[in-house]
Amino acid sequence: MELTTFWFILIAVLWVGYLVLEGFDFGVGMLIGLLARNDTERRVLINTIGPLWDGNEVWLLVAGGATFAAFPEWYATLFSGFYLPLFLILMALIVRGVGLEFRGKRPEAMWRRRWDAAIIVGSTVPALLWGVALANIVHGVPIDSHKEYVGSFFTLLNPYALLGGLVTLTVFIVHGSMFVALKTVGDIRKRARILALKVGALAAVLAVAFIVWTGFDQGKLAVWLLGLLAAGAFVGAIVAIFRGREGVAFTATSLTIGLVAIMLFTGLFPDVMPSSLDAAWNLTTHNASSTHYTLVIMSWVAVIFTPIVLMYQSWSYWVFRKRIGVQHIPMDVLTK
Amino acid sequence: MDALDIARWQFGITTVYHFFFVPVTIGLSFLVAGLQTAWWRTKKEKYLKLTKFFGKLFLINFAMGVATGIVQEFQFGMNWSDYSRFVGDIFGAPLAIEGLLAFFLESTFLGLWIFGWDRLKPGVHLATIWIAAVGTLLSAYFILAANSFMQHPVGYTFNAAKNRAELTDFGAVLTNKVALVTFPHTIASCFMVGGAFVAGIAMWHLVRHPARDAEAFLTALRLGGATLIIAGLATVVTGDSQGKVMTEVQPMKMAAAEGLYETKQPAPFSLLTIGTLDGSKSVYKLEVPRLLSYLGTGSVNGQVKGINALQSEYEQKYGPGDYSPNIPITYWTFRAMITVGFLAMAGGAWMLWSTRRQRMPTSKWMLRTALALPLLPLVGMSFGWIFTEMGRQPWAVFGLMPTAAGVSPGTTAAEVLTSLIGFTALYGVLAVVEVKLLLKYIQAGLPEVDTTVPSDDSDAPLAFAY
Ligand code: HDD
Ligand code: HEM
Ligand code: HEM
Repeated sequence: MELTTFWFILIAVLWVGYLVLEGFDFGVGMLIGLLARNDTERRVLINTIGPLWDGNEVWLLVAGGATFAAFPEWYATLFSGFYLPLFLILMALIVRGVGLEFRGKRPEAMWRRRWDAAIIVGSTVPALLWGVALANIVHGVPIDSHKEYVGSFFTLLNPYALLGGLVTLTVFIVHGSMFVALKTVGDIRKRARILALKVGALAAVLAVAFIVWTGFDQGKLAVWLLGLLAAGAFVGAIVAIFRGREGVAFTATSLTIGLVAIMLFTGLFPDVMPSSLDAAWNLTTHNASSTHYTLVIMSWVAVIFTPIVLMYQSWSYWVFRKRIGVQHIPMDVLTK
Repeated sequence: MDALDIARWQFGITTVYHFFFVPVTIGLSFLVAGLQTAWWRTKKEKYLKLTKFFGKLFLINFAMGVATGIVQEFQFGMNWSDYSRFVGDIFGAPLAIEGLLAFFLESTFLGLWIFGWDRLKPGVHLATIWIAAVGTLLSAYFILAANSFMQHPVGYTFNAAKNRAELTDFGAVLTNKVALVTFPHTIASCFMVGGAFVAGIAMWHLVRHPARDAEAFLTALRLGGATLIIAGLATVVTGDSQGKVMTEVQPMKMAAAEGLYETKQPAPFSLLTIGTLDGSKSVYKLEVPRLLSYLGTGSVNGQVKGINALQSEYEQKYGPGDYSPNIPITYWTFRAMITVGFLAMAGGAWMLWSTRRQRMPTSKWMLRTALALPLLPLVGMSFGWIFTEMGRQPWAVFGLMPTAAGVSPGTTAAEVLTSLIGFTALYGVLAVVEVKLLLKYIQAGLPEVDTTVPSDDSDAPLAFAY
């Protein structure tokens, strides 16, 4: 396999990891507004992702860094082209991260309400916009002969991309609900399941529409197959929720997200950012890549360190495997 | 202002802001790990209380470091896309490695440390904070190696067909002589920040609430004060080697730092100048003879090149243009960096002296010093970085790529202005919130700690919850 292909796959893997992992903590962030009824319940929700969310976010940072190292042209065109959506995502991620860490640091209701709003908005905006961005990348955007994006902010808000955004938004809510059902005890667990079913029905319709559209758009057999598998996994998830099999359901929503991401990257390959103006101006794994030497070095680093990272991240999930409920939330904040 | 100027302002503001939190994280992570180790060894309650107290301040700070770091990862692509295209082959690698090696380590193990008090065995729990602390050093090394390439490009060739710099020797990039001196100097000054933070807060408590936990705070004061002074000496020594490397690889920066227009041998070190720095006239000058020769070359008789000679040398080499950075800024930030560093060390020494043999200081001036102490080295670091980065101008990559050529060609001034205003406003609000929160926790004093063995009761409350 060519090294450029290897790096394309690796970046796809990083995105799969990011969307599956941060997908559920975005979901939990939105559920603070949808599911929790009082402050203690909101704290239960936040504490299910407390030790995990920052590690999940690093998947994005590494995906960004890896794109910079392996495909500098892609990194440059993508982030300067999608300037305003990325700016909104960054603002959202900032307030969300600070909100998660600061919310519990003071007891006043006002303080907490404000940070709750920050967490909810900070989770909703990226959940929507990452879908919009990925759909645009795969579908193609106006790129000129100098590899520069020449569209505007509104070019990015086309129906296909917006549909993609709604898919990530709703699927993440379902995914997050399943995570909550898996990690909590008591009433909140039941309500999470009910919510997952309700939103799941909507998400299923949107996802199927998006998959079909992508299938026709890309016209590749592999895309159709992966789309079919993703849809199947999502139906499986809904059945599992219905039957109360939370572990199976969470695995199935994770699979759905992973498969949709793989479907998109399969549709993209061997381009990394197709141009909607002229196919000759597409950014591809060849014309956007670093030198062979750089890719060799980065490959060694990735091959050695990725398994180590996976090992300790899994260990951390294992350490925090215990379910939590309202009874586990300590009363005092300032002294603990 | 055009997109270039706005992009530069944005990069400067967001990076300097990010770098307020980074040194606190680096310095404090080791000090907290040390305190927890002391508790683990001696089982004295005061160490546990101090660990939790400073640990909490550390986490409030860390949250901001993470949030502002995310912007850093992407803004090269957003505002500096041509720069990213030009150096991506070289510059991207350390950035990606930083994420894979360091950020995963820091975030995962800090999560384990924060929430793991009742889930992990004490020895394992202690290891998590040490691992996170080592992660901060890794993070610093790779990012500084990337920055050092910009100061002194090595291990590359220029590919004219693709108009980009290409990596030929990654080992050379990682062992860039600039990186080898920048890393120890930066880390030493990070420890100054950590030490000053601990010492300043401990002293504030000793003066304000002498009856509360005095023993513990005296311990913290000693630890912080000693760290500050030892790290301060290390900063001076490593800064001296940096001066030599800088004179060699970026002589213009050294000349600018001194406002030295004419080549001199031996060259005096200018302490301060009143008058103009454009070299036309100076009203008053205070100089230390031969010191600059020593700082720059290691010999009291060494020759230090002046701005005028370098300017004509560069014009021959790179064509017409202005190759000197902003002289007043480089001149004054260099001095300010050194001055506040020495002030911090003096403050630390005064605090240690006035608490000798368990004395309790009471003066108003001590209280003021305690409040200022953590800020001094922190501000010093900002001056140092502003000096380093502004002194590199007009180059983004020294000798290879002018800053003006790096800006994103497609992004409009309006877009960049939007993000500049957005980030600056948000950062401003967050700064106020963060400082208030820190003060609240500082005032609250040492927490009560529960040293009973965690129970197996599955309904027992979490040891830590948001
Ligand atoms: C508390 C912080 C602090 C203190 C007291 C000092 N420095 Fe420093 N200095 C830094 C914090 C710093 C820094 C922020 O960490 C910099 C910015 C870039 C770098 O590598 O370190 C820096 C840069 C920097 C550079 C520029 C390197 C370059 O651009 O390539 C030189 C020559 C020195 N320092 C020299 C000194 C000397 C001779 C000092 C004392 C006598 C000194 N510094 C004290
Ligand atoms: C080690 C990692 C760093 C890298 C890779 C880096 C890189 C850059 C880049 C790409 C620019 C924009 C181009 C330019 O205007 O020259 C820049 C400018 C700047 N950086 Fe850094 N920087 C680093 C660290 C820092 C730190 C820690 C600070 C301060 C705390 C800092 C302060 C600045 C400032 C003030 C500017 C604006 C200078 C100007 O445009 O005139 N940098 N740096
Ligand atoms: C301009 C270049 C820089 C970039 C692209 C950058 C990137 C980042 C990112 C993405 C994070 C968040 C990590 C997380 O989520 O855990 C972060 C945090 C951190 N960065 Fe930076 N950074 C820059 C400058 C620096 C410099 C110059 C240093 C050190 C000398 C540094 C050291 C750190 C450390 C220790 C952290 C850990 C947490 C904290 O900041 O409190 N960074 N950085």
